[in-house]
Amino acid sequence: MMKMLKGAWAWIDDRTGIMGLLGPPMTHHVPRSAKWWYVFGSCTLMFFSIQIVTGICLALVYAPSADTVYDSLLYLNYDVPAGWMLRAIHGWSSNAMVFMMLVHMVQVFLHGAFKFPREMTWLFGVALMLTTLALAFTGQVMRWDANAYWGVGIGASMMGRFPIIGGWLTHLVLGGPIIGGDTLSRFFTLHVFVLPGAAIGLIGAHLMLVLKHGISEEPKPGSPGEVVEKATYQAAYHERMKKKGVPFFPVAAQRDMVFCGVMLIALIVVAAWYGPIGPGPRPDPTLIDVTPRPDFPFLWIFAVLALLTPSVEDYLIITAAPVLLLVLFLVPFLAGTGSRSASKRPIAVLVMILLITGLGVLSWLGVTSPWSPHMQAWTSDAIPPTFVKNRSPLELQGAIVLQHSQCRNCHALDGIGGQRGPDLADVALRLSPSQLIRQVQQGDGNMPAFGKNLSSAETEAVVSFLHTCHPPGVRPAGRPGARIPQLMELDKKRSKN
Amino acid sequence: MTDTETARRGPDPETSESLSKQTRRGFMFKIGAGLLTLGGLIIAAPIVGYIFAPAVKDWKKRRSWVSLGKLQQYPVGETVLATYKNPIHGPTVGKAEDLPCWVRRVDESSFQVFYINCAHLGCPVHWFQESRLFMCPCHGGVYYEDGNRASGPPPRGLFEYDWQVVRNRLYVFAGEMPNLQIPGRLPKDDLTPLTVDGVDYSDGKPVQPASEKSGGQA
Repeated sequence: MMKMLKGAWAWIDDRTGIMGLLGPPMTHHVPRSAKWWYVFGSCTLMFFSIQIVTGICLALVYAPSADTVYDSLLYLNYDVPAGWMLRAIHGWSSNAMVFMMLVHMVQVFLHGAFKFPREMTWLFGVALMLTTLALAFTGQVMRWDANAYWGVGIGASMMGRFPIIGGWLTHLVLGGPIIGGDTLSRFFTLHVFVLPGAAIGLIGAHLMLVLKHGISEEPKPGSPGEVVEKATYQAAYHERMKKKGVPFFPVAAQRDMVFCGVMLIALIVVAAWYGPIGPGPRPDPTLIDVTPRPDFPFLWIFAVLALLTPSVEDYLIITAAPVLLLVLFLVPFLAGTGSRSASKRPIAVLVMILLITGLGVLSWLGVTSPWSPHMQAWTSDAIPPTFVKNRSPLELQGAIVLQHSQCRNCHALDGIGGQRGPDLADVALRLSPSQLIRQVQQGDGNMPAFGKNLSSAETEAVVSFLHTCHPPGVRPAGRPGARIPQLMELDKKRSKN
Repeated sequence: MTDTETARRGPDPETSESLSKQTRRGFMFKIGAGLLTLGGLIIAAPIVGYIFAPAVKDWKKRRSWVSLGKLQQYPVGETVLATYKNPIHGPTVGKAEDLPCWVRRVDESSFQVFYINCAHLGCPVHWFQESRLFMCPCHGGVYYEDGNRASGPPPRGLFEYDWQVVRNRLYVFAGEMPNLQIPGRLPKDDLTPLTVDGVDYSDGKPVQPASEKSGGQA
């Protein structure tokens, strides 16, 4: 039996020359030092392959038309055999692919693997990063729910920041004057045809260049190949590979296989446990009770757009992406030679630490989004009992005004409520009653003016309530006027009880 | 190939240099390249047009008046959510053709109709009756009841619709999602008249057709 199989394989190889084609790339020599640091690229490729296979399967059922798409997603989740699992794997594998790609990029950057002669490998890598992020964004739109609908709206509004061509760009993205069927079709075409095609081509070029220049050695200080000099590097590298290198398959590939295997099992467990991602609420624009949030690769952008001052926002939206891209493209040309070891490149390490910290913090802020008002806080968040105990009728009335005027949507009391404005639990320590009146009536900073919307009686009530909001035993900020002693009397009474 | 060999055999017919020099093969090459370029351009024209048509089309001119229903739905001094079907959409739009807007009845005869989209990045703003504020759930933009910016990241107030009241119904001039480059309200001259029962209305008043006007003058 084995003999027959071997004979058949020999025949196929003889007629097709397949081993001659696949053999050299599979067995090309790689450095002995290429160990666990070198597995992230293969793993990204594995996740991409999973995306292709599961994506093709999903396309069998997915109906890319705005009037049927949502139901086809529910059909996939609940009716089609294994449909939920394929959606789960596709969704989680997309997150994993973005994450693994970023890890791969950080590793390449810290190991200086982008330096001479591998500049073009890096450039194709940057193009692949862009393609992957574009796939992630268009993929979120494929989940045609309320989040996707308003997410596209945010994209269209960003186009409106471009002077002169803004309207033109908006309609190019939307495929019409509003978010509709043509919009979904455009994103579908990008997600299913254009971007995967581009990714496959770019991966081909990226891998071809990896083969041409070889995998860089681990840059331990003092080890050969750690310092890149244009005149000698290539010849010396290939000489070392000839003498000391090991074949990629099966020697170096073992680690890739183990790591990919572990990640694959992890993906299956996560997908089975957490299930498919969405779809969320129906994409009905008239159901406005939504809180649109982007998927994780874009949370940091969401945060940046909330935290920027309006005066610089336009410039940043227009220039940020091209400038970031230009910087990434220039990396191998600005630092193309010299030491590759991270321990000898303090600036590179510092830049990486700042980038990871910055993106991490911004993404975390994107998750918590303290700048978003809590739309239901005024009706659903209770006033903690300590804030109403022993209060005068006027102060209690003030608490009601505070609640009823939606103040809690932006202001928490003892951590409960919106985070947009400061917590009011100790506001009496920061503002005197007259400052409170001014703040409520005229607003300031990020607070709207309530002067027109609150009667003077309501203002007085709410201010007298806010004046009681301070830790027990600590004096509130005073008001230059006659009522302080009275207020302090009240305060004493309260702290006694 | 050395010079003596070249002299003996003549130029190699397979190199591109010789192709462009030799008369017959060079001619064929030029014809082939020319036909392919021409054909490519002819195919490219509809492809480019197809992709960019939505971008270059003047959607402003295709906006039209849609009814938001009878005036009784809108109490004086209140702001309420209304919905309408967008007049421009393709056949597969689904629920996305139903668009919401905020209608504020300032007094008996005047209105403000706001687009649902926040002027910052287009999220749907919510109206809060008690504090008389619009709040955006995305980045925390806040607007006063007249649509002016109150606080947060929006660079301007809410986008508004052109509106008119005809025969006890409120109409808005709709069709496009607004952003900083696509205005909500249009210059007066860009508004087409609203036709109800064969009569054209502009600004809530019937307008005489141009022919009748000139007839009257003569």
